[in-house]
Amino acid sequence: MDLTILGAATINGLLIGGIYTLVASGLTLIYGVLHIINFAHGSMLMLAMFGVYYLLTIFGIDPYMSLLIMVPAMYLLGFLLYKLLIGRMAHGKDENILLITLGLSILIENLALMFFKGNTRTISVSYSDMMVEVGPTLVSLPKIISFGAAMALCAALGLFIQHTDTGRAIRAVAKERVGARLVGINVDRIFAISYGMGLATLGAAACLLMPIFYVSPTTGHVFVMVAFTIVVLGGMGSFLGAVVGGLIVGLTESFGGLFLGESLGQIGISLIFILILLFRPSGLFGAKR
Amino acid sequence: MTTDAKLTRRLILQAGAASAALGSPGLLWAQSNSIKIGLIHPVSGGLAYSGGQGRLGCQMAIDAVNAAGGIKSMGGVKLEAALGDSQSRPEIGVAEVERLHQAGVSAYIGCFASAIALAATQAAAKYNTPFLIDVGVSDLIVSRGLKNVFRLAPGFGKCADDAIIALGEVNKAAGSVVKTAVLVHEESEFGTGTAKLLAGKLPSINVQVAEVIKHANPTRDFSNVALRIKGIKPDLVIMSNYQNEYVLLARTLHQQKVELAGMFSVLGGGFNYKLVKEQPQVAQYMMDFNHWFNPRDPKAIELKKKVEATGNLFTFEVYCGWNSVMVYADALERAKSADKDKAIAALESSRWSNHFMPYGETKFVNGQNEGGRAALLQATATDIDVVWPNQFASAKPIFPRPKLG
Amino acid sequence: MNDNTRSIGWPLHLSLLTLAVMFPFVFSSPFIVNFGVLALFYAFIGQSWNISGGFAGQLSFGHVVFFGAGAYASTVLQLRYGMNPWLGLPASAVAGAIVGWIIGFLSFRAGLKGSYFALITLAFAEVLRILVNSVGFTGGGLGLLIPAKPSMANFQFAERIGFYFLILALTVISVAVAVWLRRSRFGAQLAAIRENEDAARALGINVFREKVKVMVLSGAMCGVGGCFFAQYFLYIDTTIVFGVDKSVEMLLVSMIGGAGTVYGPLIGALLLAGVGDLTRVLTDVQGLSLVLYGTLLVIIIAFLPNGLIDLFKRIGQRFKQRGA
Repeated sequence: MDLTILGAATINGLLIGGIYTLVASGLTLIYGVLHIINFAHGSMLMLAMFGVYYLLTIFGIDPYMSLLIMVPAMYLLGFLLYKLLIGRMAHGKDENILLITLGLSILIENLALMFFKGNTRTISVSYSDMMVEVGPTLVSLPKIISFGAAMALCAALGLFIQHTDTGRAIRAVAKERVGARLVGINVDRIFAISYGMGLATLGAAACLLMPIFYVSPTTGHVFVMVAFTIVVLGGMGSFLGAVVGGLIVGLTESFGGLFLGESLGQIGISLIFILILLFRPSGLFGAKR
Repeated sequence: MTTDAKLTRRLILQAGAASAALGSPGLLWAQSNSIKIGLIHPVSGGLAYSGGQGRLGCQMAIDAVNAAGGIKSMGGVKLEAALGDSQSRPEIGVAEVERLHQAGVSAYIGCFASAIALAATQAAAKYNTPFLIDVGVSDLIVSRGLKNVFRLAPGFGKCADDAIIALGEVNKAAGSVVKTAVLVHEESEFGTGTAKLLAGKLPSINVQVAEVIKHANPTRDFSNVALRIKGIKPDLVIMSNYQNEYVLLARTLHQQKVELAGMFSVLGGGFNYKLVKEQPQVAQYMMDFNHWFNPRDPKAIELKKKVEATGNLFTFEVYCGWNSVMVYADALERAKSADKDKAIAALESSRWSNHFMPYGETKFVNGQNEGGRAALLQATATDIDVVWPNQFASAKPIFPRPKLG
Repeated sequence: MNDNTRSIGWPLHLSLLTLAVMFPFVFSSPFIVNFGVLALFYAFIGQSWNISGGFAGQLSFGHVVFFGAGAYASTVLQLRYGMNPWLGLPASAVAGAIVGWIIGFLSFRAGLKGSYFALITLAFAEVLRILVNSVGFTGGGLGLLIPAKPSMANFQFAERIGFYFLILALTVISVAVAVWLRRSRFGAQLAAIRENEDAARALGINVFREKVKVMVLSGAMCGVGGCFFAQYFLYIDTTIVFGVDKSVEMLLVSMIGGAGTVYGPLIGALLLAGVGDLTRVLTDVQGLSLVLYGTLLVIIIAFLPNGLIDLFKRIGQRFKQRGA
């Protein structure tokens, strides 16, 4: 196989992996701390993307500028959603939280359908189609920016978790819920903050994704499975894991597509998922359970 | 007997009473003197947009028939839409067939997706209720010997055949610049079936199929597909996929500055006015072989304005739905009755031609309208033209497209 | 999870069966009969999930993998190799059992539990879906159409009622299996595993072997559901029979009805099928019916974490307290 093609595929894989990392980082935080499989993750991303779409089409705000609006807005949404709904209805049972997030995702997706209608929206801003030459291939500038943003975001989150008081509290709750409560940490509040942060990252992901992707009420489904794979691969709760996991998944998808065809090649992602779960379920960087 | 047992028994008896109420015909819908048409579209789920558009077309047609006086040969009886939602799933489509049968529909129109159409028409066959397929291109739909199925629009067999003819002519007129093509298709029956037919026929117009690329639904990134295409350097890329992937692929090929004589699609899912509006640079010069209206027919332009006034696009789902209602209404006029056998007989003998499509006279053979055909379209920076067949064309094809700067 | 210490007596089983048998004769409208078929179908595949997810506590999100395996096994053998369609029932059971064995063996050998197990089943379903979609002899992307030739010999009933009684028979068998699980040693072992695997192991139960066994059983049953589906709708493709929708449904009917109970999946199936049909009447606005459906789901789970059977028990207890 042509080295140029391999090189280009590698770059493509890394870049798409960066985007996957963006989507997965919130999920890994939510899973790591709350131990809930957030089925509503995809539909939240979809909502955020609609937010970015309407901010542009109605108010003329550039998607990258929307970061300043979307990130806090999604944080607030997540915080409230947890406080008012998920936290109350969870009854502590894992399966029930799962079903609630599932119910929520159906609800959100169809509310979006009711209000936004089913057609797919794309946007075109001045930099949407800008390409940059990277080695043997042309690469989309927004993708490079997303990649950089993904790395920066995960680095920031990682630092936050390590070095701030809230971050320490989050780590404590993630590791040992009861113990954390015993030392006076408001566990419920930490849950709400974590859920809020998880959704805030989706707000960022939406801003970075809209220039190059599309949104419709069912767009959530497109990224959910990949995000789960990355969270498991990288290790639940690890941001370094989200980065490495995202890159590995991106590369796997890219090479899988190259060697097996774009349809069969998708099997690579699921196979990685299975292999990791069978041989190293805590993931590459996750804490051993 | 335990308390559990007593309770469950009580519940079941209550449930029985409720379903008896549900089961008695006519209780849910007030008796009305109108002919009900069951509209089974995927208005929720992954195909929600297309479903919504199909339903819109049908509803507007029903309103139009009623506004013009209903079915005159039956004393001005009005048509009534009985709405259904297949939720983009075949088994729900079947459930809707049953529910609407209970509501007393005289005909069905649906289903957009071939998989749903196959199951729903089979269910409707039990009641011998006429089922008009508005969109649903698999030829399996009309080749099962079901007497109640009628499809006005062409299936993918006819579309593929005509697309090849169109491409052949356009290519020849351009000096046969296209010698090789790469086919890109989505992985389910629509894409696979269409690509298979095209691959088989392209050699007949001296175009060699360099590669067939099958992609998943959904596909998040087409960079590698673009990479492969760039490596193969075909003259033409031919796509058959659904809206999201269509737009993403077209955009990627445009961004990657892939040098091609053109981008051609057969039954392209994303080729519409929205693409032209949202991504004009990408859409320009793209060609699609698809269901389309006759641009020279004033009735079509008038309806287009009406639909656009409601804030919706005039997409093929809309007028395919519209046409299905109209051909059924015409059959009702001739049958002078909504009786199923009579309606089916009237459809079988239909010669309806009061449409604004590039179709000839209607003629159903085994349920397929032989007169139906699709057209070759090309996008400009602001609009979409019909460029083939000549008698319906509104512009000449620009082929090959100008070289990328 | 539920722990019905009081068993359901034979009179109840028999009266329910009688009602079910009389049902299509009392309400002979095709709409109701089809509703009955669908409700029982969901109950049947839900019960298959319930056996491994409810009774044994091994939640799976990818149960559809067995369903699809069964559907494709029986359809491919029928269409490509001319096998008698009725043999599709055992063939699909075998296919489901084999897949159940593979997944169970691999996953439990690796010690996967809880959400990890749930997620890996999801991945297996996707792997099988992609594989089946990529090879020619399964029809690949085109799917498989079973020619409609209604006759008992072809496993295609001319009247819906034929399918009704078939799925009723299958559901009765599934209920019998569930009852057997409640009373048998095997079932007791599964319950022990569900409550506390380590304790069960300490009690001398071969946890690995029993878990694999239950996956085989559950897989076989689910596979038969796939065969039924193919014969009822006559067209399958990988999106339909390997799609995540069915996995969710199987899980939902069991959990909403009451996981780990004998009649939980049936109640859940009745409710979901009923709610589905009722809400679809509200289809004037795109998406409204599903908004209602999603809301109901959230409400039921929020207020009835142990399923509807739990609700009936509580009502029953309240009646008892009032000296009814």
